[in-house]
Amino acid sequence: MITAVLVIAGIALIAGLALGIASSKLQSDNKDLVEQVNALLPQTQCAQCGYVGCRPYAAAIVAGEAEINLCPPGGEQTVKRLATMLGKEIIPLAQAAPVVVAVAVIDESRCIGCFHCRNACPVDAILGAPQLMHTVIAAECTGCELCVAPCPVDCISMQVPA
Amino acid sequence: MSAPTFDLGDLHGGLRLKGRKKAATASGIHRMPVPKQLILPITQHVGVAANPVVGIGEMVLKGQLIAEIEEGLGAPVHATSSGKVVAIEPWPVSRRHGDVAPCIIIETDGADQAIASVETRADFRSMTPDALRTLILQGGIVGLGGAVFPTAQKLMQAKASDIEVLLLNGVECEPYISCDDLLMRESAREVLVGAQMIMHALQIEQCVFAVESDKPEAMRRLAVELTKLGDTRIVLKQIPTIYPSGGEDQLVQLVANREVPSGGLPTDAGYLVQNVGTAAAIYNWVADGEPLLSRITTVTGDGVAQPMNVDVRLGTTVADVVDFAGGYTANVSTLIIGGPMTGKSISTDRVPVVKATNCILALQAAPASGAELACIRCGDCAEVCPVQLQPQQLFWYACSDNEEQLRVHGLTDCIECGCCDLVCPSHIPLTADFRIAKGRIRELADEKARAERARLRFEARNERLEREQHERESQLEQQKQQAKRAGPAEIAEMLKRRNNKDDD
Repeated sequence: MITAVLVIAGIALIAGLALGIASSKLQSDNKDLVEQVNALLPQTQCAQCGYVGCRPYAAAIVAGEAEINLCPPGGEQTVKRLATMLGKEIIPLAQAAPVVVAVAVIDESRCIGCFHCRNACPVDAILGAPQLMHTVIAAECTGCELCVAPCPVDCISMQVPA
Repeated sequence: MSAPTFDLGDLHGGLRLKGRKKAATASGIHRMPVPKQLILPITQHVGVAANPVVGIGEMVLKGQLIAEIEEGLGAPVHATSSGKVVAIEPWPVSRRHGDVAPCIIIETDGADQAIASVETRADFRSMTPDALRTLILQGGIVGLGGAVFPTAQKLMQAKASDIEVLLLNGVECEPYISCDDLLMRESAREVLVGAQMIMHALQIEQCVFAVESDKPEAMRRLAVELTKLGDTRIVLKQIPTIYPSGGEDQLVQLVANREVPSGGLPTDAGYLVQNVGTAAAIYNWVADGEPLLSRITTVTGDGVAQPMNVDVRLGTTVADVVDFAGGYTANVSTLIIGGPMTGKSISTDRVPVVKATNCILALQAAPASGAELACIRCGDCAEVCPVQLQPQQLFWYACSDNEEQLRVHGLTDCIECGCCDLVCPSHIPLTADFRIAKGRIRELADEKARAERARLRFEARNERLEREQHERESQLEQQKQQAKRAGPAEIAEMLKRRNNKDDD
């Protein structure tokens, strides 16, 4: 009887030790997971999720601070993929997804060269210098609309590329 | 003369279709007169569009270069008769994407005067392979089997890989089409010498000439001409009439019993496949100095009064060609460019004949297909698929938009031959669904590339902002340190400077 108790206790001790060492040595790599989540996001950098970009949002999801349904440009597809990857429930989008993706266009005749839009652009897709006209590099614009509000003369509009 | 051989590989699936070729092969090739107007699209090939080098109002001669390729994949375009360029504008064309394309429009003067040949052609055997390939590039020659891949670039790519055998494709497996059959009957010598030219350009010593078993007449003429040429490097091979044995990969499988790897080209199996029409075009250009100006097109179907094969100038409208063939019969409902299996239906006959147009098919009733029903997973489609895909599975994933599984199940290897459509008891338009799914996969890939770029730019910007912040801080720190170090002498100096400034 006593031998049996000792044997079981011994096995439990060894297994516990092994698991303890494993959990401290082989920590799950959160940074890697953030990268993987980030790869599923559309990289619009639009901040509609409440974070300053896709990567910060990914970090918040991994840390458990944010829901997975906050990304309107990603749409339901992204929610589905995130849910599959993280083993979470599929939930409806918090905000409706945009129907078409547009790019920002600066009306160059009205631009006063204030630089505000350039500072707002999360992907440096606006070219220009202070006091000089700015323009959007259409191929790099993600359509986040972050440059529209800061413009003091309202010369930026979102247009669907032809 | 080499005897027809039957040592063939196994082609999976395929269908034995009714040929329906008799009507158009009853008479020889009819030469069509030059029409009043020629419409020449600047994109008649795979790759980038050619750049027009003529202006509106300019007179051009037959064979004159009117659009050239500066760099990249493509083929030049030549004026196919003499006349005046009256417009360069969008015009309806037949192709997979979009319905109009920029075209050079020439009003012909009827003289059909050819541009003076710059040089008399030397015998091709005396040219270096490089020079021959460059010459072919200038002839505007593209694959005339229908894929219109620029031939010169195909040869250059083949040269770079390890190929041993030229496989001449005289297999016209689609019903109705017979332009290659007639070409082999009437211009067997040109085709064979064209093949010799390709072999010379690639420095290979082996050529297999594959002809379908439903073309005994073409086979006979080829054998006669081959005996006259006495070239033992070329071997004629008869292959069974199974659709789609004329596809590049399928033909390699049949002839060599080698499978072209997924995503690969026949060159990966050591073969270069060329259409017989392409070989003849190479002959015309290299030996006679005539670039690709015309092609043989089959005008057929029960919607045409006199089905026939027509040697037609590129740029002639479908309407003109049908007129030449006796016009439409009553109740024509469908007009198709290409064959009934892989062709594209067009909504107007103002579309011009281009390098790719191997057939004009007018039908009184559209190919019948019943109402679409649910998939019953019978697997008939998998049995006939020549690429050994599982269409029922692909259909499943195409419906649920499962991009990853579509890729895993080899959607990109689908050759869109249409066999699965034909056997499906539920009349599901599988090929059309696959075409849409392929488009979506491409879109997703584009989106992914875009997202990746945006991510990199976002990260680069964050790095830049951090760096700028850091620089500002260190500058401020430096100024602070400097101020701390300053003694009474410096302060007096500073005050003096400020007073001087105030005085100004």
